[in-house]
Amino acid sequence: MRRLLITLLVFALAGIAGFFVLTDPRVVSPGPEIGTLPQPDIENGKLLFAAGGCASCHATPGQDDKTRLGGGLELGSPFGKFHAPNISPHTRDGIGNWGTADFIQAMAAGVSPAGQHLYPSFPYTSYRLMTPKALADLLAYIRTLPAVEGRAPPHELPFPFNIRRMVGGWKLLFFDGAPFKPDPTKSDEWNRGAYLVQGPGHCAECHSARNSLGAIVQATRYAGGPDPEGKGWVPNITQSEDGLSKWSKSEIAELLKSGFTPEFDSVGGSMAAVVRNTAQLPEADRLAMAEYLKSLPPVQGPPRPPKPASGG
Amino acid sequence: MIRTALVALGLAIGVSAVVAQSNPIAERKDAMKSVGAATREGAAIAKGEAPFDAAKVKGIFKVYSDAAKKVPALFPDNSKTGGETTAAPKVWEDQAGFKTAFAKFEADAAKGAASATDLATFRAAFGDATKNCGSCHEAYRIKK
Repeated sequence: MRRLLITLLVFALAGIAGFFVLTDPRVVSPGPEIGTLPQPDIENGKLLFAAGGCASCHATPGQDDKTRLGGGLELGSPFGKFHAPNISPHTRDGIGNWGTADFIQAMAAGVSPAGQHLYPSFPYTSYRLMTPKALADLLAYIRTLPAVEGRAPPHELPFPFNIRRMVGGWKLLFFDGAPFKPDPTKSDEWNRGAYLVQGPGHCAECHSARNSLGAIVQATRYAGGPDPEGKGWVPNITQSEDGLSKWSKSEIAELLKSGFTPEFDSVGGSMAAVVRNTAQLPEADRLAMAEYLKSLPPVQGPPRPPKPASGG
Repeated sequence: MIRTALVALGLAIGVSAVVAQSNPIAERKDAMKSVGAATREGAAIAKGEAPFDAAKVKGIFKVYSDAAKKVPALFPDNSKTGGETTAAPKVWEDQAGFKTAFAKFEADAAKGAASATDLATFRAAFGDATKNCGSCHEAYRIKK
């Protein structure tokens, strides 16, 4: 009996120790090798800032200047409410004190300078595809923007989601830290589009259904699903019948520029903010994104909830 | 006999008025579709795929102002759900902002009707007017 208790205790301790080791940010999600970086290219950083939609979440809500990154926007989820933090170059309230390595660590590994896990509501799961050089360019651009005072309210997450260590377990299960690998059998345009869609554009983060732990269901990636913020339905953007199969490449590029569908409906909700960002990209980049999207195999997404019986 | 016919007629008018009134979701969708159809014509002109035609252009802005006048009233409290509506709850939470957005759309359309005399002025006015689509949908419409 006593031996059994000791055995159980040993197992429990081993389990706890294992949890701590395995959910350690440095163990579960080591940052990429940075090496020596050239002088940052601020213009490229500006382009990535638009492609990444940074302002959509981090610009201070309720004012028109999208370069004021004071944070505070509320992002609903099944796990609680997130508040996008201040990422302006303010030294106390923003990321003004962050070094390039800190920024790369956050963007590519989801780890804060204090060594804590960041919640994947911040899509480092996609941003990790950007190279350290690209991320350094992005930071250099953000540093040219106004420093905004004030902090966003803390996230409102119920137990156990308020324990950041839990994210370590989530990363073990779902986080792939590999950078973008171009496909040499495809054209340069396709590879550029694949990089923009999968990496900075993080299209899959909204256009995919998620499992009960909030991770993207890989089998139906890009096939749409219920809006993770809890209202409406996000469309399928694969080449399936209810997706983009009937859209031409130029029609997709047009939507990313003006927000108009081929039927001249104008996209709403958070896609309107996405279009505001993609409209700033060079036309060649929008066409590249369209080229990649046209190559996605048709995938049937999760079934939509039954339509109401009453007409109209 | 005449009286019966008159009563029947009165009832028929009344009923059809009620039917028309009772389906605001379908009505607002139709109005929005007319805006979309006008935008298709306008975009073709702006891109140089169709010739500039002053009368046609006035017609496009007229569709916009007509819709801007008509649509805000088509969101009664009993039309928050149903009919596959993509209206966001914010339409009802922020009626003032919603109406202001349509007033701006109407003003931009009126300005366009007055100022668009050639392709260059049309492009500018059409751009201004259609910016309202995205900004209003962003706030007052959910993803579909």
